[in-house]
Amino acid sequence: MLLTLLTRLARSLGVFLLVTIVTFSLMYSNGPGVARATLGLSATEEDVQRRMVELGLDRPLLIQYLDWLGGVFTGNLGNSFFTGEAVTSALANRVPVTLSLTIATVLITIVISVLAGVAAAYYGGWIDRVVQFFASIGAAVPPFIVAVILVFAFAVSTPLFPATGYVRPAESVTGWLTSITLPVIALLVGSIAGGAAQIRGAVLDALSRDFVRTLRARGLSERAVVLRHVLRTASGPGLIAFGLIMIGLLGGALFVELVFALPGIGQLAVLSATAGDVPMVMGGVLSIIVIVLVVNFLADFSNALLNPKARAR
Amino acid sequence: MSLRPTTTSLATVLAPRAKPRPLLVRLLLNPLGALSVGFLLIVAAAGAFAPLLSPVDPNFTDLAATNAAPFSDGHPLGGDSSGRDVLSRLLYGTRETMLACVIVLAVSMAFGVVGGLIAGYYRGRVETVLEFVADTIMTLPGLVLLIALYALTGPNMVAAMFVFGIIIAPNFFRLVRAVVVSVRNELYVDAAKVVGLSDLRIVGRHILWAVRGPIVIQSAFVAAAGISIQAGVDFLGLGDPSKPSWGVVLQDSFRSIFRNPVAIVWPSLLISLAILALVLLGNALRDVLQAAGSAHPLSSSRRRQLAREAQPAPADSRSSDSVLAIRNLRVGYPSGQNTVRAVLHGVDFDLRRGEIHGLVGESGSGKSQVAFSILGILPKEAVVLSGSIWLDGADLLRDKAALRAARGTRIGYIPQEPMSNLDPSFTIGDQLIYGLRAARKMSKSEARKRVLTLLDRVGIVDSQRVMKMYPHEISGGMAQRVLICGAVAPDPDIIIADEPTTALDVTVQAEVLELLRELSRERGLAMILVTHNLGVVADLCESVSVMQGGEIVERGSVDEIFREAKNPYTRDLLESSRAVELLEVES
Repeated sequence: MLLTLLTRLARSLGVFLLVTIVTFSLMYSNGPGVARATLGLSATEEDVQRRMVELGLDRPLLIQYLDWLGGVFTGNLGNSFFTGEAVTSALANRVPVTLSLTIATVLITIVISVLAGVAAAYYGGWIDRVVQFFASIGAAVPPFIVAVILVFAFAVSTPLFPATGYVRPAESVTGWLTSITLPVIALLVGSIAGGAAQIRGAVLDALSRDFVRTLRARGLSERAVVLRHVLRTASGPGLIAFGLIMIGLLGGALFVELVFALPGIGQLAVLSATAGDVPMVMGGVLSIIVIVLVVNFLADFSNALLNPKARAR
Repeated sequence: MSLRPTTTSLATVLAPRAKPRPLLVRLLLNPLGALSVGFLLIVAAAGAFAPLLSPVDPNFTDLAATNAAPFSDGHPLGGDSSGRDVLSRLLYGTRETMLACVIVLAVSMAFGVVGGLIAGYYRGRVETVLEFVADTIMTLPGLVLLIALYALTGPNMVAAMFVFGIIIAPNFFRLVRAVVVSVRNELYVDAAKVVGLSDLRIVGRHILWAVRGPIVIQSAFVAAAGISIQAGVDFLGLGDPSKPSWGVVLQDSFRSIFRNPVAIVWPSLLISLAILALVLLGNALRDVLQAAGSAHPLSSSRRRQLAREAQPAPADSRSSDSVLAIRNLRVGYPSGQNTVRAVLHGVDFDLRRGEIHGLVGESGSGKSQVAFSILGILPKEAVVLSGSIWLDGADLLRDKAALRAARGTRIGYIPQEPMSNLDPSFTIGDQLIYGLRAARKMSKSEARKRVLTLLDRVGIVDSQRVMKMYPHEISGGMAQRVLICGAVAPDPDIIIADEPTTALDVTVQAEVLELLRELSRERGLAMILVTHNLGVVADLCESVSVMQGGEIVERGSVDEIFREAKNPYTRDLLESSRAVELLEVES
């Protein structure tokens, strides 16, 4: 058990280093470009040089990265090039918004897609065809289209929900609920479609196991076979699928936060990227990667907990 | 085997042998496939002829047309917030989308297919490393990397789609690797190796041929993802605003959604339909390319019709001294939407009280189908075409309540493969106790006591400890003893054992057979022993039925059959099993 835990932690750490090195190099490799973006078009070559020294962009890339990496552990990720706001304080405000959006979506996705996926796999026939039809359409339409349509349909034509803006739950719980309803629906369309298809596959796979036939022959009721054994067998692959769905939602949240003007990490990353505010972008990327790794780790680890063979190790 | 009589098929309607048509024809015969291909061709043509079709230059601003309504003068789809023609911009945007698809497909295939071929063909450490890379890429939200890329390159569609191609390459990689691994193990690649073809030519000729179908299907889905991501990036404002594209048009219309709400309809519709068409095309391709050979779904109306038509055998046809009687059992499997191919062609069978009856035949002769029919555990797609299975005056094929009451309680089942027939997630004790209590009403502690006694009886040492173990912690021989215990625990009077020793070591085989013989004697159990091994039959059974091609071709006492078999097929079977015995003696 401890060994499983340690190897998975080591793996997460490796992925963390790999990804941050790649993204950091992508963003910082063009030092003069980064400096020029903060100065505007009229800046002279000397201005750019001076700015590079100011921002520490003249140092070797590796040193800059190690400096940043040190900051990750001391909680100092630098300041915005434009507003001077500390990156960490911006993240502290925005991470909860993105997390509440994606976690709410995942929870609803799990309930609906398990019901739909199990029904499709177990009953087959027309239920299966209906589920598969909606799953392939739902997975096809990108989240930003769903979001745009929702704004068009609800917020513009029939203003039932606020089109844009975010209310913190601390201010008003109902205000918070109405402000995240449309964004969550926009994300749900694709995630339920993906989740139902995955659960359907996992349940079909579990139903075809030899021991299911033997348990039926032993006189177990269908209820016991499905609820006790089939669902248990499908839960491992299901967990992994929901982990991947949660990660996909972080990408979808980028669009949804922009469309509905929610102050989350995605919005921060995109607006900072267009402005050239590199430390902020890197902060957004860092928080998304950390969430991804935590989700992956939890999915992997709980999957190992479910499997007696892995548990024993 | 040359004397085998030709099997007569009693299948209700035999499937007509369809001549394979060319892929494109089959695709166009599929309604959704034809619709998708048509739509995509129109979109592609519109992009290709954009300069001819566009009313005006896509970047020409006409202030009078600002937020113009659709069908207004000279602007069929209206104007955008800067007075540019929406139709022209979408037409030119189609070119960007097509270019994006080409880049994504080329890059993802170059990395994914080549990587998959290498990993699947050479295996070993190369495969481990490539798998790790693919897994890592798959767990990353691709958009994050694209945002980081934007900081380096600014708005640059080609670079973004190149990177996205790498991000999505694992889709091809996993697919190709899996196909290559399975093809590699097939005979024809081995044969090619023996003939002395070089590695490169093996990969090129055989494996690429096998893998082309899945690649074509996956390409449709990857292209759909490419369109989605390209439009998405432009919609986020990370695209080049000077170049018209679907995403840029969508972004512009969304910004002026309160002034001109209708304008978002066109780009949203175009993007959604293009993606949907590609996804449906992928599904249609999958149906067309992979339908052959895979399971055919029988239409549910046809299935109901067949169930109605299934005739029970007359009730007076069962003999008085048998505990279990099968009459005219016919079972089939779907071979098309409306057609069924029969695998059992009218089986009659009697099991007398306390008798051990061997059911022999080569694989595919239908002996397991008979066993599954009795217990009502045929695969879901199987269809019972006619017949009856009598147990105590109830027809198990029709009386579902009697079947439920008989399972486990009256009839026990011992499967072939011990390891895969225990649920790996539950302990041995848990499975046995739960199974016993499903068949017989008793308290947990009673059930536990009975299971423990019986585990000792089937020869499991330290049964207390074994009860707490998981299936992966015990050996195959032990697992089979556990399964025998599970079948016998509710005290049934019939046991159906489906090749109970095939998966076991030779020494364990003899012990398990001995155990079955003793249990049968102690408890007065009647037993159907399904096997392909005549040695087992000679050792254990009193009577035997020989199956071939879904029919029982000969039956009698073991002595009779071994002395003077009448059926040529039975003689063949005896002949070959004696030859095997001789070989074993000589070696």
